[in-house]
Amino acid sequence: MDEFVFFLNKAVISGLIIGSIYALGAVGLTLIFGILRFAHIAHGDMMTLGAFVTLVLAGAVSLTGVQSPVPLSLIAFIPAMAITAVVAIGIDRMFYRPLRERGSRPIIIVMASVGVMLMLQGLVRILAGVGTRNMFFDQPKDIYRIALPGTPRELVLTEPQAVLIGFTAVAVIALHLFLTRARLGKAMRAVSDNPDLARISGIDINHVVAATWVIGGGLACAAGSLLSMDVVLKPDLSFNLLLPIFAAAIVGGIGQPYGAIAGGFLVGFSETLAIFNWSVLLRPFAGVLPAWLEVPGNLALVPTEYKLMVPFVILIIVLVYRPTGIFRGRVL
Amino acid sequence: MSFLSIDGLSAGYGQMSILSDVVLQLDEGEIGVIVGANGAGKSTLLKAMFGLVNITAGSIRLAGDDITGMAPERLAARGVAFVPQEYNIFPTLTVNENLEMGAYSRRDDFSAVIEGIYRIFPPLADKRRQMAGELSGGQRQMVAVGRALMIEPRLLLLDEPTAGLSPMFMSEIFDRVLAINATGVTIVMVEQNAKQALAIAHRGFVLANGMNAFTDTGANLLANPEVARSFLGA
Repeated sequence: MDEFVFFLNKAVISGLIIGSIYALGAVGLTLIFGILRFAHIAHGDMMTLGAFVTLVLAGAVSLTGVQSPVPLSLIAFIPAMAITAVVAIGIDRMFYRPLRERGSRPIIIVMASVGVMLMLQGLVRILAGVGTRNMFFDQPKDIYRIALPGTPRELVLTEPQAVLIGFTAVAVIALHLFLTRARLGKAMRAVSDNPDLARISGIDINHVVAATWVIGGGLACAAGSLLSMDVVLKPDLSFNLLLPIFAAAIVGGIGQPYGAIAGGFLVGFSETLAIFNWSVLLRPFAGVLPAWLEVPGNLALVPTEYKLMVPFVILIIVLVYRPTGIFRGRVL
Repeated sequence: MSFLSIDGLSAGYGQMSILSDVVLQLDEGEIGVIVGANGAGKSTLLKAMFGLVNITAGSIRLAGDDITGMAPERLAARGVAFVPQEYNIFPTLTVNENLEMGAYSRRDDFSAVIEGIYRIFPPLADKRRQMAGELSGGQRQMVAVGRALMIEPRLLLLDEPTAGLSPMFMSEIFDRVLAINATGVTIVMVEQNAKQALAIAHRGFVLANGMNAFTDTGANLLANPEVARSFLGA
């Protein structure tokens, strides 16, 4: 039983956490691909930027001496989402829209997004430096220990992790309602389906593009902020997430928001299950197993240092055997 | 002055000219059918009316107003709707959502219009919650026309509505075109199935090499031996 709780903490909760981060990032990426038809390479750094905006907002509020019952960052990330959304629309107006209007090919716009990525990386480093920063500067992180019957071990969940899981659940439901009930949400799906017919039908593409950046930028900010609250804020934090997030979006079927969510959790759980030391679960059976079968000390499928390999293996398998992804998206 | 009046129209894609000096006149409430060989410029003429190709000369007037080269969203506001030949539905949206997207420019309550479209196309009524991409070819075409009807157009432009359909669905679509026309909608239709289409046309326009070859009533064109020999495969 103790070993099972260890499994829940190390594999299930960790998978849920990293899966939520990947899902929030991949939804934005896949919507941007569906509507604007290009791979947004700067998405990881949009997450870092969002986390940085959250830190600045929380810091500014703490300077006014306001006493808050909860850590300021946990509140600040909500208005930071709105700010990041506006910045995302601004980036689109300045860098991507002029290219779209000139009819540039997608690869040109992808290159522009590489440029935006480098620019955002530089900007965050100039403003925040290259060091790590603690998002919980005003008060310590609460840790929830949930007692389970029949074992002294407890489920362990930190405050930002609990908020992340709750936020992801709400975001997924809200996104679903928006895409299936709201006029603008349906128009987003229509543009993703058939942009020419959407134009013929009189759908205002600029509104749809703005909505895409609001959702993509807002969710990127939430993911970046909550991830850096879970660990620390580093300028290169979310750049390292870019590749797993791309894997999640492609595995789920590019252009498919539900696929991106499923892909995010699939990649997240695969990572944590691959680095989990399975010998822990075998230890209780050491007494009943035959003597010649000695349980090795480490039975992880992949050493922790090679964690980043997991999304790539999944990606290769999907691209070879089901190139449209789980939810039948576009072929890249 | 005709309801739809095209005068000396020349148009094409980029530097390539497809239409030269095309003339087309249609009265309100009529069905006009454009026929001609492949590459004669039939679809280009229709797209030119909807502002989708480059117009180099001439004018298009609707009810006396100049609409030459007007953008699709402004044409929608003037009651012009266009059904492209291909890729004319939103495949992952439901039938009902496809119709709602057709009404995107409307801010009023259009639920009665949707019900009216289900009355014109009864097979769609049972499938309103189904994804449009899962429907049969004929039903997809009904969705495509239904989407265009959502703005309650005065002028409906149909680009080969029967392309790729079996003969049974074909006459079904022609019947629906007549039913829509009976509600007062002026229709301009490009058709490969020239005989059937001219049979329901008030006015027929035969194009050849991007120019007017013959213009007459549908019945007269069908009876014209020269038209029959060159264009109707008779």
